[in-house]
Amino acid sequence: MNEKTKTSEDCSRRQFFTHISYTLGGLAAVMVGIPIVGSVLAPIVKKPRPIWRPVGELKTFTVGDIVKVSFIDSSPLPWAGVTAETAAWLHRKGQEEFTCFSVNCAHLGCPVRWVAGARLFMCPCHGGVYYEDGTVAAGPPPRGLYDYPVRIHNGQVEILTSPIPITTV
Amino acid sequence: MESLKRAWLWFDDRTGLGSALGPVIKHPVPPNSASWFYVFGSATLFAFMLQVATGVTLAFMYVPSAGEAYQSLQYITDQTTFGRIVRGMHNWGASAMILLIGVHMVRVYLTASYKFPREMHWISGVVLWALTVIMAFSGQVIRWDQTAVWSTIVASEQAGRIPFIGHWVAQFLIGGETIGGATLSRMFAYHVFIVPALLFIFIGLHLYLVIKNGISEFPKAGKPVDPKTYREEYETLVKKKGIPFWPDAAWRDMVFGFIVITTILLIALIIGPPALGPPPNPSNIDALPVPDWYFIFYFAFLALMPPQMETYLMVFGPLLVGALLFFLPFISNRGERSPLRRPWAVAIVALTIASISGLWAIGISSPWSPHFDAKPLTVEIIGADSGPIYRGGMDFNEKGCLYCHTISGHGGLRGPDLTYIGDRLSTDELTWRIMNGGLNMPGFGGTLTNEELSDLVIFLKSRTKQNQEASSLGGD
Repeated sequence: MNEKTKTSEDCSRRQFFTHISYTLGGLAAVMVGIPIVGSVLAPIVKKPRPIWRPVGELKTFTVGDIVKVSFIDSSPLPWAGVTAETAAWLHRKGQEEFTCFSVNCAHLGCPVRWVAGARLFMCPCHGGVYYEDGTVAAGPPPRGLYDYPVRIHNGQVEILTSPIPITTV
Repeated sequence: MESLKRAWLWFDDRTGLGSALGPVIKHPVPPNSASWFYVFGSATLFAFMLQVATGVTLAFMYVPSAGEAYQSLQYITDQTTFGRIVRGMHNWGASAMILLIGVHMVRVYLTASYKFPREMHWISGVVLWALTVIMAFSGQVIRWDQTAVWSTIVASEQAGRIPFIGHWVAQFLIGGETIGGATLSRMFAYHVFIVPALLFIFIGLHLYLVIKNGISEFPKAGKPVDPKTYREEYETLVKKKGIPFWPDAAWRDMVFGFIVITTILLIALIIGPPALGPPPNPSNIDALPVPDWYFIFYFAFLALMPPQMETYLMVFGPLLVGALLFFLPFISNRGERSPLRRPWAVAIVALTIASISGLWAIGISSPWSPHFDAKPLTVEIIGADSGPIYRGGMDFNEKGCLYCHTISGHGGLRGPDLTYIGDRLSTDELTWRIMNGGLNMPGFGGTLTNEELSDLVIFLKSRTKQNQEASSLGGD
């Protein structure tokens, strides 16, 4: 066995060890990485089923009024406490006709307030203003307020829970 | 004493730590780098060490559960021994870190210490700066009160504007579709595990590089960096004139570090931690989420950018700033280092500081926000207690005009001051403007009755300099 063969044999042994070490290391990382990354990313893939939440008896809402209603979101975790609560602006437009707006400003999500005297929704953060039909009246919002589905069920007004509306491009 | 010395000698013999670390802390540094300009990096590190110590202490008492974190913060602040001071130190330590890392960056930029061979010092520093900003934001969120909840939503909405993947990034930040049990647990994991681990790694790299390439010498005008000769020149300089880092240069770091730590402690003692807002109930919408002082300039930026460009500015603005900072050493890594020969560098720093200060000053008063707590106009200001002027003044209070317009010192700042509007606009112009609105004003044509509109116009028409002076004289 001459010197040259010895070296190339050495090299191939060494290469084999290098490759197997990298491969095993990488494989182990991928195997444990799937459940780790998967569980961290799960919330953006797993969607909770929307639920109809009652917000009050039909007769408690006056025609023409816009009032804030609070309800529990679609998937409250046992330790969520008050953070499971959410709110919406409910407008009784007629005997059986309702509109319900998200409280989140379409600009950057701050909570809009209903100013009854002016009949406007106003956002405290960056000055977005909306008319009572949810369309933009002034300020930076790129679109009107988002609305939630509403129904009347067994004399109760119910709102379909929805995600926090994210304005995308 | 003798036995202690013997114990140390035994320990050093078996571990070799003394002989390994001794030369590192006593490595020679250029004599002119032992300067008060060079103390901000170490001060940032001291502030970070304080954050680790106070953060771990808070973790002994804090409950990272969406339903209970708020109560645990109340408990830490009001009922535990020294908890209030520890929370205060953690809060003001964060402020100190943000401030010091900024000053350190400005110093490194002005003395062009990022040039050859210290490009990676700068890049690892930019990563550390970004991680510090993430720590500051996530820290504000895990102070789990009303502002924290709405700040999370505002941040997610900004992330939502990222093209294609915005919606996913936003839900990743919230930890689902709505604020709830998952939001805080995830934010807590970022704040105490993921980002600190990255900080430790990058601080390690940053310090290792300082030892490897040495502290930059204070620049001299007319002595440019030439990558071909720089290393040799630097080695000759430290060999001939170098002084040991410990203690000849380090004493200044210790003195300044002591002042920083003492100041943080004093502020924590005197001012204490920031007051908790109302509980983190997303259905309580009487909120005005304003971030901590060091983010106020960005809050102002978000409010002031032109709406048609905001998506680009919101998403690509921070990316562009980050990329410019990150790639700075590749734009220029040679040539003059002295700020005296780099007027553009000085101008960029001055402009950045002026812009941030300007935005910060506007952000404090946030004139774009309606003032929901504005004091209503009084009968004295209105100048009548019956009739159309009085009714118009009352409508001004009740129809939301007051939230955006000031009259005689009462009201918001969003729209023009209307104290003397009667001198500027005619009855027709006033009517038209109220009915149709304008750039940042809603039209009230659909909500006001004819009588309300006419009263409002008569009231506004009475806001003249002459009338105000007459009424103030009458008042005297």
